[in-house]
Amino acid sequence: MSNISSDKIVDTVARLCVEANYFLGKDMLQAFKNCIEKEESETGRDILNQLLRNAEIAEKEQVPLCQDCGFAVVFLELGTEVCIDGSIVDAINEGVRKGYTEGYLRKSILADPVKGKNTGDNTPAIIHTTFVPGDKIKITVAPKGGGSENMSEVKMMKPADGIEGVKDFVIDRVLRSSSNPCPPTVVGVGIGGTFEYVAFLAKKALLRNIGDRNQDPFYADVERELLQRINDLGIGPMGLGGRTTSLDVFIETHPRHIASFPVAVNINCHVARHKSAVI
Amino acid sequence: MSESIKITPPISDDVIMKLKIGDRVLISGKILTGRDSAHKRLYDLIQAGKSLPVDIEGQIIYYVGPAPAKPGYVIGSAGPTTSYRMDPYAPLLMEHGLKGMIGKGVRSQIVRDAMKQFKAVYFAATGGAGALIAKNIKSARIVAYEDLGPEAIRELEVEDFPVIVANDAFGGDLYQEGAKKYRR
Ligand code: SF4
Repeated sequence: MSNISSDKIVDTVARLCVEANYFLGKDMLQAFKNCIEKEESETGRDILNQLLRNAEIAEKEQVPLCQDCGFAVVFLELGTEVCIDGSIVDAINEGVRKGYTEGYLRKSILADPVKGKNTGDNTPAIIHTTFVPGDKIKITVAPKGGGSENMSEVKMMKPADGIEGVKDFVIDRVLRSSSNPCPPTVVGVGIGGTFEYVAFLAKKALLRNIGDRNQDPFYADVERELLQRINDLGIGPMGLGGRTTSLDVFIETHPRHIASFPVAVNINCHVARHKSAVI
Repeated sequence: MSESIKITPPISDDVIMKLKIGDRVLISGKILTGRDSAHKRLYDLIQAGKSLPVDIEGQIIYYVGPAPAKPGYVIGSAGPTTSYRMDPYAPLLMEHGLKGMIGKGVRSQIVRDAMKQFKAVYFAATGGAGALIAKNIKSARIVAYEDLGPEAIRELEVEDFPVIVANDAFGGDLYQEGAKKYRR
């Protein structure tokens, strides 16, 4: 058994909210650089260069990369031998409140989906918990912007649609999204499980770093093929035409019911934020 | 690609007619901000035959809801928001003199037709480049609807704000043309 104080959780979540919004991952910066070399469109190269400069400014001046500082999506890997002095949910929300307020991050959450009213502190967080062996907690904060989230979709496909059906659905979803999710994007795909779980898989896929392939060579090949096909759509940076539409495609899978074939596409923008800590 | 074209509002029809899709433009001077709620209010006022709290004649509206300013800064990160949400309101504003819109993402056919009819232009700014764009903003003050918080209408003084003409007054659409050109 290990004891973890709720204060420690509050501080860690607050720090991760701020760091995720200020500091873009090195993998993303490298991906921008690689794409600038390959991009055929001058407008496209211009935009990719702007994204690099934007990340430099955000890091140096400690300001958010994008004004949409996202919904605070928190992934918890909770060790079963951990003991916490209080409510972990309260601690996480307190951390979000602290991070978004002290970090000058934009608060974008409405208390009621229909009746509105901004909660004023970007709470509540969306929390996904998995239990793991051990006496530690791994916390990942992945703030998610609205523009790209709005271009996501879940589809209950027919088992007969198979992998080709999945590919066509992903391509169609990206094509219909066009410029809206702020390309170059990162595309998360969930296959299998149930209606709600497949959406979680697609979101979880977005936590990978650029270039991290699925362990299963079959899905790794599908990821590569989808990335090629997406970039052949010509949508380009900010949708203004070019060869860089997505930086990577990540697939996560789960066993499914014999009668069901759920597929989900969760699109992330080039401000692909996720920061983790183990406490 | 040619050099950047520099413009300063208020924008005349002559300037509008010189802008073509794909042109790089640097905007300096005063522009207005507005997004969903502010647009709805302006739209409702025009519909009711009332006067607007801001003059939109010849002006440019930037679709943005900035992050809060850190101490010592005039504004927080301030990149464009998705424009299609303003589509229901944009044609009426153009009819009443609005000449330019800055945002991100494709516009509806109705909005594109209105740009042709009323001689207006839609500029694409780089979505997600909020920290960079904030550098081009020299001052910001709320001019209407303070109660809307980040959605209030602000007057921004900008210097060389970099945008690209995405839709011109001739019906051109860079989203369609660009994708066609680089499709394989
Ligand atoms: S989609 Fe992403 S980059 Fe674009 S405005 Fe939203 S959070 Fe920012």
